[in-house]
Amino acid sequence: MIEARELVKRFGEREALRGVDFVAEAGELVAVIGPNGAGKTTLLSILAGIARADGGEVHVPEGEVGWVPQQAALYRRLTVEENLLLFARLEGHADPHASVEEMLELTGLAGRRGEVVARLSGGNQQRINIAIGLLARPSVLLLDEPSVGLDPRQRARLWEFVSALAETNGTTVIFSTHDIQEAERYGGRLLVLADGEALFDGSPDGLLEAVRREAPEAADRDFETAFVAFLHHKGH
Amino acid sequence: MRWLLLKDLQILRRSPLQAVLLVAYPVLIAVLVGFAISRSPEKPRVAFLNDVPADARVSVGTRELPNVGVGDRICARVECIHVKDRAEAVDEVRSGDALAALILPANLVSRINSLSTPFPKTPQIEVIVSEEDPVKARLVNDRIDALVAQANLVIARRIAAEGGKFLGLVLDGGDLEVLGQTIEILGLRNSARIVASLRPALPPGELRDSVDRVIRFTRLARNNLATGAPLLARLAQPVAVDREVVDGSSPPLESFAIAVAATFTLAFVVVLLVAGSLALEREENAFPRLTRGLVSHSGLLAEKVALGVVVGLAVTLLMLAGLALFVPLHWSRFGLWLVAILGGGAALGAAGAALGAAAREVRAVSLLAFMVTLPVAFLSLIPAGAVGPAFNDAIEVVTALFPFKPALDAMTAALDPGGPDLSVALLHLAALIAAYGLLARFALRRFNAV
Repeated sequence: MIEARELVKRFGEREALRGVDFVAEAGELVAVIGPNGAGKTTLLSILAGIARADGGEVHVPEGEVGWVPQQAALYRRLTVEENLLLFARLEGHADPHASVEEMLELTGLAGRRGEVVARLSGGNQQRINIAIGLLARPSVLLLDEPSVGLDPRQRARLWEFVSALAETNGTTVIFSTHDIQEAERYGGRLLVLADGEALFDGSPDGLLEAVRREAPEAADRDFETAFVAFLHHKGH
Repeated sequence: MRWLLLKDLQILRRSPLQAVLLVAYPVLIAVLVGFAISRSPEKPRVAFLNDVPADARVSVGTRELPNVGVGDRICARVECIHVKDRAEAVDEVRSGDALAALILPANLVSRINSLSTPFPKTPQIEVIVSEEDPVKARLVNDRIDALVAQANLVIARRIAAEGGKFLGLVLDGGDLEVLGQTIEILGLRNSARIVASLRPALPPGELRDSVDRVIRFTRLARNNLATGAPLLARLAQPVAVDREVVDGSSPPLESFAIAVAATFTLAFVVVLLVAGSLALEREENAFPRLTRGLVSHSGLLAEKVALGVVVGLAVTLLMLAGLALFVPLHWSRFGLWLVAILGGGAALGAAGAALGAAAREVRAVSLLAFMVTLPVAFLSLIPAGAVGPAFNDAIEVVTALFPFKPALDAMTAALDPGGPDLSVALLHLAALIAAYGLLARFALRRFNAV
């Protein structure tokens, strides 16, 4: 379980997070959604330990918290295999080469292992980025907009894999996304942030119920339209 | 740390152009600076017209001195362009082929000889200079003044030596060659001895008193003229220089030049590489991922400094080995070379880490590294006393705060036994490693900004 209580983060005068409470159990898939500047990346950065909160508490479980940043964090002049091997070694894997093979298989980039990362497409770079985050074999995996730049087939493979991590290994997966359909489809739970405030925390069906209750005119529309109406109703 | 080091070397290998530039540029600068320091100034090209007749000799009294070869002496110190007449000399200067023209007129020797006659005339030489370039003009004026002073000195010594011989003849007697005939000079000493031998034969009285006066005079004259001879010899160069070194010892110029070249190379390679590779961690977004438990901030800094030291050591040793083909080096001091390179490299690496952490972007870091390293390196080469006291103090403070000067001192000490104290330089470097390490550690906090 990962837990955050009354998280506050300020950048100068601006409050990026305003008392956000949040709990995720083992095996949960939580989508953090909201408009630009809502505080999604800030929340994930604090959970990952990259940034410090100005207030509140974070409790992380035993074991690694895997983190996949929004911008690919890898060495573009190294090959796919060299990147994976470097981080496997830094993670202290007993057999780093075996871990690399596993990740190459997972990302479907085994055939391009010798290619320099800079020559790969953004989508393929993101796949390596995620694979590096998974090398830690984390009990909690934080993904900051993981599907940006991926084509539909790659997205499907990504979510298939991530869902399997949650279901099979009991890994808690928390991901941020701008894609509301993706959040509805893959997120077992939704955390809606706007201007640093948590507006909703519950299942996609729960969000639809909230829309019916608070913005009934949008209740029969598609999920994304309903979500926008919900935000509008909340003053965002 | 070794995996990060390996990764950085792999990245360096993948960027051959950058790697070559990183090594070639500082080596080129180093060789140029070393070359400039080790070479004495070029001989200035001077148009030279010697109208003095070949058989003209400076004479003292009726005696001609041997040829002192003033023309040859001049041409040994400047590159002479021999010209036929004054007009050609002027043309050479106007065209810029010669920095100046020096004309020895035909009457030079006769005028020198007139100095010992009742109607002396001032001997003159003519110097033609272009004032188009004030720096060159000053250089030429200084050089010509020095040449004329040296020529005067040579002639004065010869005259003094000949004068001394005449004085010896007057004192002790001897043969004097005049117009092919030998004349015997009795000399004061012999004259006094003859007069003294006559004295006992004279009865007391006025004549004997007169002889006694002559004897006293010759004694007095002998004593005084005897002191005149060394005085005459010193007349040509009355003031001697007694040089005493009060601070430091000076290694040979070649060793210092090599130390400068090696330190230049080490400084640029290490500072640029460490600063650039640290900034690259941020540009690649890898820094947060690395420092989330995979490696500590201090560990990352140590790895970058180690990278700089390893590459700097290799490049500097290669350069020294290359220079050793042309200049003899003390290979027996190889161990000290390593100590100096490692100490200097670590301090320069720490400074590079501080720069890299402060600037954060590779391009900004490269610019900053050049902007800091180049002027500090050149300031470190300004000799004490070459500028005003206040500026000198400021330079000493600035150069003491950056590792280039102590690294240069360490390298000079390692290359030559006549260099400065190695242990002092190493202590200075150790203090800078600690200071820049702390600075880099502090600046690295900003790397985590999301």
